[in-house]
Amino acid sequence: MRLDCPICGERDRREFYYQGAALRRPAAEVWGPDWDDYIHNRENPAGVTRDLWQHEQGCGAWLVVTRNTVTHEVLDVTLAAEMGA
Amino acid sequence: MIGKGAGFVADLQAKTPLAGRGPVTVAGVSLSEIALGPMTSIAPYKGKVAALSEALQRAHGMAWPMTGKMTGQMTGPEGTWALWFARDMALLIGPVPDPALAAHAALTDQSDAWAVLRLAGPGARDVLARLCPLDLRPRVFKRGQVVRTILAHRTAAILCMEEDVFWIMVFRSMATGLVHEIETALLRFAARHVSC
Amino acid sequence: MRIEGKGLIDRTRPVSFHFDGHRYQGFQGDTLASALLANGLRMIARSFKYHRPRGVMTDSSAEPNALVTVGRGAAQEPNLRATTIELQEGLWACSQNRWPTLGLDVLAVNDLFARFLGAGFYYKTFMWPRAFWERVYEPLIRRAAGLGALSGASAEDRHERAFAHCDVLVIGGGPAGLMAARAAAEAGADVILAEEDTRLGGRILAECGEIDGLAALQWVEEIAGQLAGMPNVRIMTRTAVTGAYDGGTYGALERMAPDVADRPHAPKGCFWRIVARRAVLASGALERPVAFPDNDRPGVMMAGAVRAYVNRWGVAPGRATVVFGNNDSAHRAVADLQEAGVHVAALVDARSYATCDLDVPFYPGAQVCGTSGRRGLESVALATPRGVERIAADCLAVSGGWNPSVHLACHMGARPVWDPVLQAFLPPEGAVPGLCAAGAAAGRFSTRACLESGLAEGRRAARDLGLSTPDLTVPMAEDHVYDILPLWRVEGRGRAWLDFANDVTVKDVELAARESFRSVEHMKRYTTQGMAPDQGKNSNVGALAVLAETTGQGIAETGTTTFRPPYVPVPIAALGAGGKGKGFAPERLTTSHAESLARGAPMIEAGLWYRPSYFPKTGEHHWRQSCDREVVMVREAVGICDVSTLGKIDLQGPDAARFLDFVYTTRFSTLKVGRVRYGLMLREDGHVMDDGTCARLAEHHYLMTTTTAAAGQVMRHLEFVHQGLRPEWDLRMVSVTEQWAQFAVAGPRSRDLLNGLLEVPIDDAGMPYMGCGAVRLGGVAARLFRISFSGEHAYEIAVPARYGAALFASLVKAAETMGGGPYGMEALNVLRIEKGFITHAEIHGRVTAFDIGMQGMMSTKKDFIGKAAASRPGLLAVDREQLVGLRPVGAIKELLAGAHLFGEDAEAISVNDQGYVTSACYSPTLGHVIGLGFLRRGRARLGEQVRAVDHLRGSETLCEVTEIVQHDREGGRVRG
Repeated sequence: MRLDCPICGERDRREFYYQGAALRRPAAEVWGPDWDDYIHNRENPAGVTRDLWQHEQGCGAWLVVTRNTVTHEVLDVTLAAEMGA
Repeated sequence: MIGKGAGFVADLQAKTPLAGRGPVTVAGVSLSEIALGPMTSIAPYKGKVAALSEALQRAHGMAWPMTGKMTGQMTGPEGTWALWFARDMALLIGPVPDPALAAHAALTDQSDAWAVLRLAGPGARDVLARLCPLDLRPRVFKRGQVVRTILAHRTAAILCMEEDVFWIMVFRSMATGLVHEIETALLRFAARHVSC
Repeated sequence: MRIEGKGLIDRTRPVSFHFDGHRYQGFQGDTLASALLANGLRMIARSFKYHRPRGVMTDSSAEPNALVTVGRGAAQEPNLRATTIELQEGLWACSQNRWPTLGLDVLAVNDLFARFLGAGFYYKTFMWPRAFWERVYEPLIRRAAGLGALSGASAEDRHERAFAHCDVLVIGGGPAGLMAARAAAEAGADVILAEEDTRLGGRILAECGEIDGLAALQWVEEIAGQLAGMPNVRIMTRTAVTGAYDGGTYGALERMAPDVADRPHAPKGCFWRIVARRAVLASGALERPVAFPDNDRPGVMMAGAVRAYVNRWGVAPGRATVVFGNNDSAHRAVADLQEAGVHVAALVDARSYATCDLDVPFYPGAQVCGTSGRRGLESVALATPRGVERIAADCLAVSGGWNPSVHLACHMGARPVWDPVLQAFLPPEGAVPGLCAAGAAAGRFSTRACLESGLAEGRRAARDLGLSTPDLTVPMAEDHVYDILPLWRVEGRGRAWLDFANDVTVKDVELAARESFRSVEHMKRYTTQGMAPDQGKNSNVGALAVLAETTGQGIAETGTTTFRPPYVPVPIAALGAGGKGKGFAPERLTTSHAESLARGAPMIEAGLWYRPSYFPKTGEHHWRQSCDREVVMVREAVGICDVSTLGKIDLQGPDAARFLDFVYTTRFSTLKVGRVRYGLMLREDGHVMDDGTCARLAEHHYLMTTTTAAAGQVMRHLEFVHQGLRPEWDLRMVSVTEQWAQFAVAGPRSRDLLNGLLEVPIDDAGMPYMGCGAVRLGGVAARLFRISFSGEHAYEIAVPARYGAALFASLVKAAETMGGGPYGMEALNVLRIEKGFITHAEIHGRVTAFDIGMQGMMSTKKDFIGKAAASRPGLLAVDREQLVGLRPVGAIKELLAGAHLFGEDAEAISVNDQGYVTSACYSPTLGHVIGLGFLRRGRARLGEQVRAVDHLRGSETLCEVTEIVQHDREGGRVRG
């Protein structure tokens, strides 16, 4: 697998760390259903999904990767800092 | 350390990360340690890249390096230069940074954090290809380029200094092990190409 | 039997080798298979299940029968295909799955009981008694049915791994691959041409035709020479592309030539990861057998293989050959044999409409319906329109048609497409992004069609990459039309094999269908068809065709099983090359490493780091003696410990303070410059991630420390919080773990020791508990932190790492003059357990701040990572397991970390589980064993007695529940 880092270009998966689903962190400081969704509830889609990766062994940038879990196609890679993940 | 009455004077001798390891040459490829001058990471604050680049130019005669590039005089161990080092970060090598830079960027001394190895020779790219998933084709990875990547499980920076000359930077604590890995790859490579 | 004047072998270079202990001779250029055939050996193996005599069947890596073991001792390698083993002086090979010898094999008796040993027999036979399965039946079956064995000795790590990148990867160096490579290369693309065989040419090596008026071989030499001379072309022979993966990544196994592999330091093989923007699959086609009765006798071979042995290796596989087929390949085999002067006894063509102008007894519309012979073929029975005829023959060349090698095109989940005209599966289009098939792999079987489609696909790849394509013409070559009559099986008495490698017959497939295993995936698993080392290359299509006939479905509807990498077997040693010993994980060494070793300290791994366990002194024979001494030394004098492995993160910027407020549970914006504070960091799910200290070096400059274990995780987390959650905040962070060598100086004499070394002495006012600042010693600028992980008056001093070795030596020498010295991880652990300080033994990932008694550190006045989740009632419930101290009651044998806690009178079973011990040690300070653990409602149970039971190690200890801190509860010592 290869990811196209917006800073470094296309690199081998060995340079990247996989985190999990890319979701918006709730603003509330108290627990609520939005926190359940942020921490626990996952769609696990057969299709397009968005995950967080870090180019840990490269430039260090956190990335939001849009990819298809069925075809394994990587549709988009964007800097997390520019997404407001 | 010399005893001096009740007190002591610390006699702090400096050691390079691979102190005492001589250069190795196999099949025309050589591996050696390079000791560089001060190394400082420079991370510009928000919106300060232009101002920093100007300050760098004024103080040290070089511009802020673009992604994957080097600026300044990368003439060798005595050079004064800067290389792109990570997202929003460059590494200034050679001079002690002008304190004026601190107005625009976080400056952090990294002089002792990195071991620098020089791998040179016509087979250097083949040796690296045994340790690193990077696209090392000469038309892709060219003189003056720097990449951050993974080298034999280790965080690394690789600098292409000449067509067949690479400087490899790894954390000091991992340098000894990396030398072993490179030497193994070197011997394997040599055994294929040089009949005994 | 060699044929004079034929073949690509070098007859001036004889090579001697051993098979089953006997010495034979072949020539340079032979494979083990061709050399054995040349020496007249036909029986080379015993079959997997029935121990039937078997011979060489193919000339390729798809060989199902001729598996041998090569080498002796630790280098012994089983299950290698004789058809791909390059002959080499002194080669030592043995047959497999026979006892005592190939000729006299006791378990050949299995064949007599064959009717009891059909598909699924062990599911039915070995049902009871249940306990017998693992102890009796399975070992017996494994011994009886099997392949070669490993030596049991640890093998040398003689493989390597490497990465390669190119624009166009051409898989296969036959006519299609050569044309594709040439077209792409001349367009300017970086090309890798990977060929499994030892030389380029593909089927041309096995046939004798012409291309562009040249002998085909000469044409190959010319084009190979041209390609080799191009700087943008890399030819990789002996390299089988084994798998297609995401992102244009391909796996490939390269075997070294035997003479190269023998050199010192040389690898035996190399596993390549090749990244290609485009790929051309020119992997050719494999000839398939026909399932007629007793089709497995040594001497029965693929017609294409017979041609290869004649043309490439100059070997006649028999004195009298019958050729049988359902397509024109059989006719071409006859022509080649006759041209080489080998007697052809008959040409049998299942097509009744076929004609033949060769001078050979010709049987159109006939089929081979049986064979006979003891250890090899002696005669062939033909079912002709006139009745059954028997013909004496010691070789039967069979062509059931050709299966394009579609495997790689299907490796990403797609199934191949059935072509009723070709009676073959073709590669699905676009199933592997960037990969297209050419030549026989795409069902283009004539040489001319191969050349044409290779050129077209090479051009297409170049065009896709934006390159302008060269003006090349398709060379002239034979251009036959492929005509085939479907023929999968021939009825008759006796078993007809489909899968030779796993001994699966037509009957087995029929039985599977009868017993409702009608899906091809079920049939495969019930019969084990396709599950041998050849992965069904010879049998998949035939078996599913027989299944289709049996179930009455069409072949297209029946479909294939899933194609998965690897295409050929890949040794684990190649996949894991370089991963043994130190290659498994890089080692990280501190600057004090050499000095610690010189002092005899055994090393313990802490993540990737190596840290000293203890520093034995003369007369100490047990680690406990050293550890106890070191603990007392720190408590009474002064000890030195390298703590450089802790993560150190430098944070700067106007928003650094608010950032720390957000990642720690407590405030750091209120910390004064020159002071240090302990902090706790949670994960977003409310559990503890890590703890450590953080120093404020300047208004906008902090230095955070993490635990050794979590350094990487914390750095990643901080970067995520900044980039992902608060990108608008202006701060920068960088790891300085490697920049600084840092040493703990701990004990009542610590300040005295430091003042003997520092250029300007310190005192309590200038450097109070939890203070920090810049100091100098020996002309070097250093950082001093007054922090303690031992509970004693202690400091940590940091210098640039180049001075680390020297400073450690200086500190240790100075300490030794004060009754102190270095201490290791064991003593460090005891010191912190005595003080109730936590490590990742306690904050192991399922623990909250509440559990460790630090709920007071969760600020209510600000947001922080993990705040919302930590407020969940379940994470604050009073009946949670809470951290407590443990002290054994009375005389005990031991207290073990990992033991579970139970009420004094409760049975030690899981429903009564009350918690567990996380840390335990002997405390020389207190004179008894102590521990830390989590106990349900623990804080309310001080003074209660609990049992610590370790069922695994058979240990039980009665303990009293105590406060977490067991030594110096008031904390006076740390303030000095």
